[in-house]
Amino acid sequence: MDYVMTADSTDTNDNIIRQKRYSLGSKASVSRTDVKMTAEGVNVFYGAEQALDDININIHSKQITALIGPSGCGKSTFLRCLNRMNDVIDGCRVNGRITLDGEDIYAPSVDVVSIRSHIGMVFQKPNPFPKSIFENVVYGPKIHGLAQTQDEIEEIAISSLKKAGLFEEVKDRLHAPATGLSGGQQQRLCIARAISINPGVLLMDEPCSALDPIATARIEDLMWELKESITIIIVTHSMQQASRVSQQTGFFHMGVIAEVGTTEQIFQNPVDPRTRDYITGRFG
Amino acid sequence: MLTTDKKRLQKRHRAETRFRAYGVLSLMAAAGILFTLIYSIVSSGYTAFYRTTLLLDIKLDAERIAVTPPYSRNALMQGRYSSLVKSALYAQFPEVTDRRERRELSSLLSPGAELAVRDYLIDHPDSLGTTIALEVPMSSDFDQLYKEHLPRSGENIRFSEQQLQWFDRLLEEGRIEYGFNTQFLFGGDSRYPELAGIAGAVVGSFYALLVCFLLSFPLGIAAATYLEEFAPKTGLTRIIEANINNLAAVPSVIFGLLGLAIFLNVFGLPRSTPLVGGIVLSLMTLPTIIIATRASIRSVSPGIRQAGLAMGASPVQVVFHHVLPVAMPGTLTGTIIGLAQALGETAPLLMIGMVAFIANVPTTPLDPSAALPVQIFLWAESAERGFVEKTSAAIMVIMMFLIMMNLLAVIIRTRTQSKVE
Repeated sequence: MDYVMTADSTDTNDNIIRQKRYSLGSKASVSRTDVKMTAEGVNVFYGAEQALDDININIHSKQITALIGPSGCGKSTFLRCLNRMNDVIDGCRVNGRITLDGEDIYAPSVDVVSIRSHIGMVFQKPNPFPKSIFENVVYGPKIHGLAQTQDEIEEIAISSLKKAGLFEEVKDRLHAPATGLSGGQQQRLCIARAISINPGVLLMDEPCSALDPIATARIEDLMWELKESITIIIVTHSMQQASRVSQQTGFFHMGVIAEVGTTEQIFQNPVDPRTRDYITGRFG
Repeated sequence: MLTTDKKRLQKRHRAETRFRAYGVLSLMAAAGILFTLIYSIVSSGYTAFYRTTLLLDIKLDAERIAVTPPYSRNALMQGRYSSLVKSALYAQFPEVTDRRERRELSSLLSPGAELAVRDYLIDHPDSLGTTIALEVPMSSDFDQLYKEHLPRSGENIRFSEQQLQWFDRLLEEGRIEYGFNTQFLFGGDSRYPELAGIAGAVVGSFYALLVCFLLSFPLGIAAATYLEEFAPKTGLTRIIEANINNLAAVPSVIFGLLGLAIFLNVFGLPRSTPLVGGIVLSLMTLPTIIIATRASIRSVSPGIRQAGLAMGASPVQVVFHHVLPVAMPGTLTGTIIGLAQALGETAPLLMIGMVAFIANVPTTPLDPSAALPVQIFLWAESAERGFVEKTSAAIMVIMMFLIMMNLLAVIIRTRTQSKVE
């Protein structure tokens, strides 16, 4: 079930800059044992209905893992298991084992708040808090006690906005309402907010599906920069996006994970016939 | 082809014009009714803000007041001022000597005239022994005569020929003044229309609303938040939800009976006080606030909740940091509408005894007090002609309060909304 990506994949991407980044990025994860998160035998039920069936996947550190598949295949459900966002859904049960740095995040001793401070999330629709831009990025550090003085708070705000590539655009209106930003800016603000608490993992649930191509390109560039320090898992409907940004790809189909492998292998040489049909556009 | 099209188009245009005309007509009808209502109240009520006074030269004779030094406040309070004022009036009409005639003459004065002298003396104790020119209130009948609310002739005339002559002479001599009635705005209730003030009712209503707000606002928000955000969706919560909605439709007099039975008879809280009034009113306001708060909590986008949770905020933090601030404009609007309803509520206050005649302006919510709607009720059923204008004026005051509260709701809504958006 489990495919570990090879460090020096052959370059097929015709974007030279991307190629460069790609090889740079993968050097950081040369070690094959560098697994950030694992899922072992994960089943999810909504009431009596089973949404996910025996999911096994290893998420490699400081890489981008793309989860693709047709609508309703369970990829978003799986993503939400990874930071226990399914906890709040009535009648949702998760069993199996999901670990972060070797620790079971569903263990009774683990507090869900601390998990979410290590695993950030960006949603499909940009959802900034209806407060100022500044308040959006300092909210996480404040509630987790990462900054005490006003200077520290400002420093975190500025560095998060810079990392998200938003600082130059908003530096003159940090205290303006975040809802006044454009959709792409709002989504980058949500990314800035998510990384403001230095999570090791960033979950992205179709982060570009509500954005235009230019805003999408900016987010993808940003993901390339972020993966130097953060493990990213992205759910996407766009196979082009998956092939552009990810190093590892998992293909979900009807609640099971049909195939996991390097992005190269999945897109060039899929093993599973369902993957092949989906990739070549025969369904989905 | 084109002609049939044209016919249909004309028909549709006509229907549109007709519909617009209906709308304009109904708006005009509503505006007309509102205008009539306001006009009738204001035209019959504005005179209550004015009153007639009589300018008299009063000799402050310590002997006749029956006070001895030291002239303490207490001693002056107990002095006798009635004959002082009367002699000052008699001095204006030296030809009137007959006892019966003099009694008729003195009926030009309000019983408040001697109180006016007393209050002046308490404020200026040094003026004892001197003669002062003081404006003292006229009796209600002559006040109404001046305002032309009572007829000078006809069947049910309340004045003798002589009284009218005296009145006209005083008017000619410029001794009758017509000025702003501060006592109406700042005084308590009285049996005499010319002395009755609205302040007791205003302060009583204010305290009752304050108690009502302090109780129902936090309780309402807490209940609504729990029901919307935390309560498990079981049969029990559904029953509770349905009953809260039912509670909003319970006739207010029943809440009054409940207040009488429980707060007064079981808990022994003081009767006729704004405290109990406020508690009873909060029973009525609570469902309104809960319903409004729940609706505005429900309209908060789920994305904001998810964002908060994903940032590692606890559910309570999500509610207090993100959901409630966004829901606040709707909550406050609902609260103010609930309070405005409570302000106009009469029946429950009658039940808990706030209908009693109370002449003092309350200083705390524990003092017996009237309330604005009850005051209107009390004055409306008084027989004296002078209370007619007071009733309308009290309605003007309560409407001013309602308009102010609604304005406040609008201001809060636009302020907080522009902050959120």
